[in-house]
Amino acid sequence: MTVFVIRRLLQSIGVLFATSIIVFLGVYAIGNPVDILIAADATQAERQAAIVALGLDRSLPEQYWIFLTNALQGDFGRSFVFSQPAISLIFARLPATLELAFVALVIALVIGIPLGLIAGLKPRSVTDETIMTGSILGFSLPNFWQGMMLIMIFSVWLGWLPASGRGVVGEVLGVRTSLATWDGIAHLILPALNLALFQLALVIRLTRTGVRETMPLDFVKFARAKGLSERRIVLVHVLKNIMIPVVTVVGMEFGSLIAFAVVTETIFAWPGIGKLLIDSIMVLDRPVVVSYLLVVVTMFIVLNLVVDILYSVLDPRIRLRDAQ
Amino acid sequence: MTTLKVENLSTHFPTPSGVAKAVDGVSFSVRRGEILGLVGESGSGKSITGFSILGLVDPPGRVVGGRILFHGEDLLQRSPEEMRAIRGRKIAMIFQDPMMTLNPVLSIETQMVETVLAHEKVGRAEARRRAVEALGLVGIPSPDERLSAYPHQFSGGMRQRVAIAIALLHRPDLIIADEPTTALDVTIQSQILSEIQKLSQSLGMSLIWISHDLGVVAGLAHRVAVMYAGKIVESGPVDAVLDHPVHPYTVGLLRSIPANLERGQPLQAIPGMAPSPVDRPSGCPFRLRCFAATAACHAEPAETMDGEHAWRCFHPQSEVAA
Repeated sequence: MTVFVIRRLLQSIGVLFATSIIVFLGVYAIGNPVDILIAADATQAERQAAIVALGLDRSLPEQYWIFLTNALQGDFGRSFVFSQPAISLIFARLPATLELAFVALVIALVIGIPLGLIAGLKPRSVTDETIMTGSILGFSLPNFWQGMMLIMIFSVWLGWLPASGRGVVGEVLGVRTSLATWDGIAHLILPALNLALFQLALVIRLTRTGVRETMPLDFVKFARAKGLSERRIVLVHVLKNIMIPVVTVVGMEFGSLIAFAVVTETIFAWPGIGKLLIDSIMVLDRPVVVSYLLVVVTMFIVLNLVVDILYSVLDPRIRLRDAQ
Repeated sequence: MTTLKVENLSTHFPTPSGVAKAVDGVSFSVRRGEILGLVGESGSGKSITGFSILGLVDPPGRVVGGRILFHGEDLLQRSPEEMRAIRGRKIAMIFQDPMMTLNPVLSIETQMVETVLAHEKVGRAEARRRAVEALGLVGIPSPDERLSAYPHQFSGGMRQRVAIAIALLHRPDLIIADEPTTALDVTIQSQILSEIQKLSQSLGMSLIWISHDLGVVAGLAHRVAVMYAGKIVESGPVDAVLDHPVHPYTVGLLRSIPANLERGQPLQAIPGMAPSPVDRPSGCPFRLRCFAATAACHAEPAETMDGEHAWRCFHPQSEVAA
């Protein structure tokens, strides 16, 4: 197990290195930030000075080398726009996004698993058909449209919840979070729900399929023959088996939650990294884009590791092998 | 002392192509401490008979008629909750494939302790102690250690022993064993058979042993009932039925066992296939494959009795032809 984790971390360094090259090349190809950053009426001398100041006069390998050596010392460059270290810009916004994605995940699981169980236990009933039709809507309606509808219904028509911003941020155990105040929670509900809808539909479908596949198995019948209550059979015997695919997919999808947050954050003016990324791409703020992508890649690596470890907790047949 | 008396049991499954009469008017009884072998081909309805007794027929199938008298009381009149309380405590079941009957993600301890707690209000420690005792009873070495293991850490034979230990936890009056040794190696099979025989004798349990293997039934059962197409075609004490079979189907089954013939002789298989449960021939269901069939067989044969030996046939075979 320990060896497994260590080997995984070493592999991660290789992945990060490869990603940094791809990202750097990609961002380089998008365009020249100088054209956007400098006023159109600037003189040639001012323009040249800016290029030198940003380090854009050097060759691409040289720029990458400078980036790499600085990055290894924890310096991911300064934002062209904000003149602040890119990484601290990102870390300032990251908690808001993580908070949003985390609450969305909790909503998806807490609502999705029971609905999936109900649908799977009574296949082709009215309840099942209703839940499954609802989940199709969650899958197929565009995320941004769902977001605007939520604002229209709950903020404009009903006036129950605020439509934008993060609200009052409180502090819990040293972490600044919207969950600490009622105002913050009220601001969080709509964007989290918007972000959760797709995952919710996914969890419902995974759970329903799992229930349908597990219920006819011999061990369920054997559990009945032992005289167990239906409640224990479903909540222990069946649920523990279907948590394996659910955790796999949801763990992987947590990354897309952060990625999808770009859309949701834009609609609800949520001050997270998604919005920062969009703004930075618009003005070709290279250090911020590169740092953002590296942070996201790191998160995916960590999530993968967490899912693998959760596996071995859920399924005793899978032991993280140290050999090889 | 009759533990179980099944009268005219019928279990039907509605299918798109018609009603499948999986069990079609079956009657038999099991005495206290007795082992009844229920023999037949795949699809003859023997497993569904077992599930019907426990009230575990999968929907849309259901028991449509008859009575299942357990200690004189009809199980078909019991509520689902009353049936749950009987399952695992008074009547237990062992399944065919030990690789599939234990939940792969729960430890043996969890799966045994929950069985104890489902029927009795005892502490966890007491439930655990009984689990260890039951594992010891079925011959699992160092049961205390093995209790915390998971099913995949056991071999097939060991898993079947665990399943048997679970069935024994409450010392049930009746165990229904649905081909429990079919999926095992021959050596493991004989070990398990002798364990079961010993246990049912020492604990005074009745046993319904469902099998397609006449050899196993011959060595284990006191009485045997031969099922064909949802009906019992012949039943009686094991020696009477296997040494002097009367029904042509039983005769055919015995003839198709290699050991019964001289070496080098061609095996005499029963021609054709068991009829589909939605489309059975009228009268005797076996008549289309039977060597003795005549026009008389278009009528339903009634039960003929000779002491405890009973059969349903118009053309009883007096001696084994082979």
